[in-house]
Amino acid sequence: MVAIKSTWPKVAALRIANNVGNGLRSLNKGIEECRPEMHHLVWEDSMAISRGSWPVSRRTLLQSGTAIAAVQFSSPFIIKARGETPVRIGLVDPLTGVYAAIAQSEVVGAKYAVEEINKAGGILGRPIELLVEDSANDVGTGVQKTRKLIERDQVSFIIGDVNSGIAIAMAQVTSEKKVLHIVSGGHTDPITGSSCSWNVFRVCNSTTMDAAAIASTLIEKFGKKWYFLTPDYAYGHSVQAGFDKILKAAGGTSGGSLVPLGTPDYSSYLIQAKAFNPQVLINVMGGGDQVASLKQFVQFGLDKQMAVGGALFELESIRSVPDAARIGWWTMEWWWDQPGVPHVAEFNAAMKKITGGAATARNWFGYVSVQTLALIANQEKTLDAPKLAHALSGFKLPPEVALQPNAPSYRAGDHELMSTVFVGEAHPPQGDPDNMFTVKNPIAGEKAAGSVEDTGCKIQWPA
Amino acid sequence: MTLLLLFNITNGLIVGAFYVLMALGLSLILNLSNVINFAHGGFLVIGGYIAYTITPYVGFWGALLLAPPLTAIIGLIVERILIRPLYGRDPLYSLLLTFGLAFMIEDGTRFIWGPQGKPVSIPPFLSQPLSNELFFITGYRLFMVVVAMIVVGLLFVLLRYTRLGVRIRAGTLDLETVAALGINVQMLRSLNFAVGIFLAGLSGVLAAGQLGLEPTMGTGLLMPSFIAIIVGGIGSLPGTLVGGLLIGVASGVTAVFFPAASEAVIYVMMAVILLTRPRGLFGEEGMMS
Amino acid sequence: MSTEPIRKLVVLAAIWIILALAPYWMAPLGGYTALATRVLVLGLAAMSLNFLLGFTGVLSFGHAAWFGLGAYGAGLTLKYLALSTPLAIVAGMLLGGVCGGLLGMLLVRRRGVYFAMVTIAFGQVFYYIAFQWSSLTGGDDGLRGFARQPIDFGLFKFDILSDADNFYYFVLFCFALMVGAMGFILRSPFGRTMIAIRENERRSRFLGIPVERHIWIAFTLSCFFMASAGALYALVNNFADPRGLHYSQSGDFVMMAVMGGMRSFWGPLLGAAVFVVLQDYLSSITVNWMSFVGLLFVLVVLFFPRGLLGFLQRGKA
Repeated sequence: MVAIKSTWPKVAALRIANNVGNGLRSLNKGIEECRPEMHHLVWEDSMAISRGSWPVSRRTLLQSGTAIAAVQFSSPFIIKARGETPVRIGLVDPLTGVYAAIAQSEVVGAKYAVEEINKAGGILGRPIELLVEDSANDVGTGVQKTRKLIERDQVSFIIGDVNSGIAIAMAQVTSEKKVLHIVSGGHTDPITGSSCSWNVFRVCNSTTMDAAAIASTLIEKFGKKWYFLTPDYAYGHSVQAGFDKILKAAGGTSGGSLVPLGTPDYSSYLIQAKAFNPQVLINVMGGGDQVASLKQFVQFGLDKQMAVGGALFELESIRSVPDAARIGWWTMEWWWDQPGVPHVAEFNAAMKKITGGAATARNWFGYVSVQTLALIANQEKTLDAPKLAHALSGFKLPPEVALQPNAPSYRAGDHELMSTVFVGEAHPPQGDPDNMFTVKNPIAGEKAAGSVEDTGCKIQWPA
Repeated sequence: MTLLLLFNITNGLIVGAFYVLMALGLSLILNLSNVINFAHGGFLVIGGYIAYTITPYVGFWGALLLAPPLTAIIGLIVERILIRPLYGRDPLYSLLLTFGLAFMIEDGTRFIWGPQGKPVSIPPFLSQPLSNELFFITGYRLFMVVVAMIVVGLLFVLLRYTRLGVRIRAGTLDLETVAALGINVQMLRSLNFAVGIFLAGLSGVLAAGQLGLEPTMGTGLLMPSFIAIIVGGIGSLPGTLVGGLLIGVASGVTAVFFPAASEAVIYVMMAVILLTRPRGLFGEEGMMS
Repeated sequence: MSTEPIRKLVVLAAIWIILALAPYWMAPLGGYTALATRVLVLGLAAMSLNFLLGFTGVLSFGHAAWFGLGAYGAGLTLKYLALSTPLAIVAGMLLGGVCGGLLGMLLVRRRGVYFAMVTIAFGQVFYYIAFQWSSLTGGDDGLRGFARQPIDFGLFKFDILSDADNFYYFVLFCFALMVGAMGFILRSPFGRTMIAIRENERRSRFLGIPVERHIWIAFTLSCFFMASAGALYALVNNFADPRGLHYSQSGDFVMMAVMGGMRSFWGPLLGAAVFVVLQDYLSSITVNWMSFVGLLFVLVVLFFPRGLLGFLQRGKA
């Protein structure tokens, strides 16, 4: 369970345990004594419930409930009574729902960054407080939480969301309120393209970057006849468009299927793929869909006939497939095994201590987002968003934050972080249980990203 | 093109067999107890996770044999504590309760096993396709169809020839008379619920081999089951069987010509049925008015 | 007995005063105006559902479809037709209401479990259309690129875009209109007939009441109200997405109605307030808020089936 605000006071925990224990005891007694009654519980007659035909009476429930609620409501006020005013950073991510795994990874990375920065003195001498909110993969909720963080909790910065649609909706709010906003993990192009904004910066790659980084490798290694398995929404379309551009320019041919999100069975699409007989199957699916489609691809024996590859195949997803499906050529936006690069091993060890597994790119996104904010604020000695945004344009990450061979920076024209794209091959674990990917061809961010004009971003600075 | 079509129809039947398993469980519970079990997908997920947890100890086959009954036991407990108080009440309440239960199951599985998907592998000899031509008929999918056929066969035998089965069928038609005849209706409902959840758990174990095992796995499988029941006819198990197969085929065939609509086509099918023959293909008039 | 109407008037006045002063008493309690706006909009939706569920006795579990349609109607209007907030709301209302009316004709012969299942399934049809027709609706990413426009009264502009309080009062005004209409209908002979149908359908039929037609009218009216709530919701977020059409959204609305008290007029608003505030609060404290919300559903159904207001009034029954 990811503890968000603060740990419960011990007293509260004891009281809750006591009440729950009482409830369970009467429940147990009730089940033993209860006899099957007539099935005629007319819904009007709900009074029968408190008359004992159910093991726990309504009164006990109300009492326990009120006690628990009283403790719940007292806790926020206990927090506020401490110390100097912290600098608040709001993080909105889908902690429940289909992206829960990667979202929670981001939170872990962000919290670790907060710890480190607070040990080093915080922002402008004040400690950082990270307020994490769940967007539940729903735009309304994400927007609501963003407003709450800005209006009620008075955060100075906002980080989020993994879901690009929510990220863009949040950006509307943060632009309106003039709050610096770092998109940690949403990939679609418009965030640093047609919908870019002076206060929005992005850590993870755009879909164009990912596709462009690996396309030529796939062409060289396997050939120019591709078949796309593309999820039918903006992310999928833009990745495919990124690939298509380069494939067409190299004179290649392609076919493809637009697959609805959440499809459980990919056989029809794979049947078509086999009929097309490509050299590579480009699997653009994400999350659970990617896991299912790869499993089925391998089960059909298609891996013996064609290669498979694509843009993202995140470590969290590789962990979810059996060994047989750990194949193909993909891009990692950050990878934990970089021998010879300083500071990476420490970060990896720290993540391993917290999560039990190697550090993932998502951990790194959360880490970089918070570190960026702290570094720029401490450098400019201000919390003013426009000033910080100006300073961030072109800002280079120091090695202990970049955790990669080059020094990535936030490009001035579109606010995209030009980090290295690690192109490589997935395989079953070798040595370390998380060593399921080998970097074969790291590509510099600038090379993969194309020009600022191509992204369609025109930043308008406030007066 | 015709070969492609033939492939997809065959494939659709295979996929449909899976939907049949899930829909039958849902149908059983609906017919006898008038309960729309929104938590059915949740029980599917529980079945999958239990199988994942016990596989290191009992192997794939042991998990297949043990996980569904274990899920059924959980179903029994849930029925006894949560659903029994709702019989006789407006169906709204069981709907709401199972809806809330689905939330709790999703969050509970995420809490216990973590949000990370779990890798589930199937025995190697099942991973082979039948032949290079019929590559989509993998050993595992054939296995799923065989298991589904055996289980459905057993279910129909149970309902036709055992006392419990006869009572369940009688109860579906007229529960009051069955109670008046002195039969313990409480136990009947509990056992019926347990059988339904057994089927859900079994679906979960089978699904884990094909899809990713994660807490949100069950939500996308619930709606097709509903549709299978409506298309086949509420109150008719053979109807649900046909409905499930039809859904699989329709979805598979549409994916060839119009992939974007392959999910939506089953809803269109349902709409057509409701407009032309509201009781469903095999439903009886007045079953659910 | 003569104190009854006076007490009702006092309660009514109290409710409106609390609603009118919300931005002022919310902040000290740790709330924020946008939360109150959200409560109003979702409360309106719950009350619209209750118009059908509580007062006619018809269980529709796919009602979020009209909510979502209202949201898309408003969004599409603002994005492509005209930059006018009132027009957007009317357009949203019409879209949801008309679709609901048309579909209602197919559904009114069924009742109970069957009706519920069919409404769920139809709701999902609309969800899929919104999801797949991405060129129009933006698909999974939702409909973006529009925002609520300041209202031009000729003499001055009422800025509801950047001022949260202003927007709250605008929503409150629309809420009052809708709720007033609802109350008026319920008090009319038509409303009495609805309640009669709820109490005993067979007897109503014997009395010569055209039951199907009444149910259809009640269904359509509730769709119109629901769609207006949806349109307002699109304005709250400056966004419309398919999730607003999903059956889980319907489930939330039904829960609000039941939790507040289905038999009372204001119950669903109370239910919405509790639900929205609780969910907002819980999801900030713990990742496992879904378990708590699910548990709440279960507990309300088992122990408080008549809702909060029903529980509070049980002594008077």
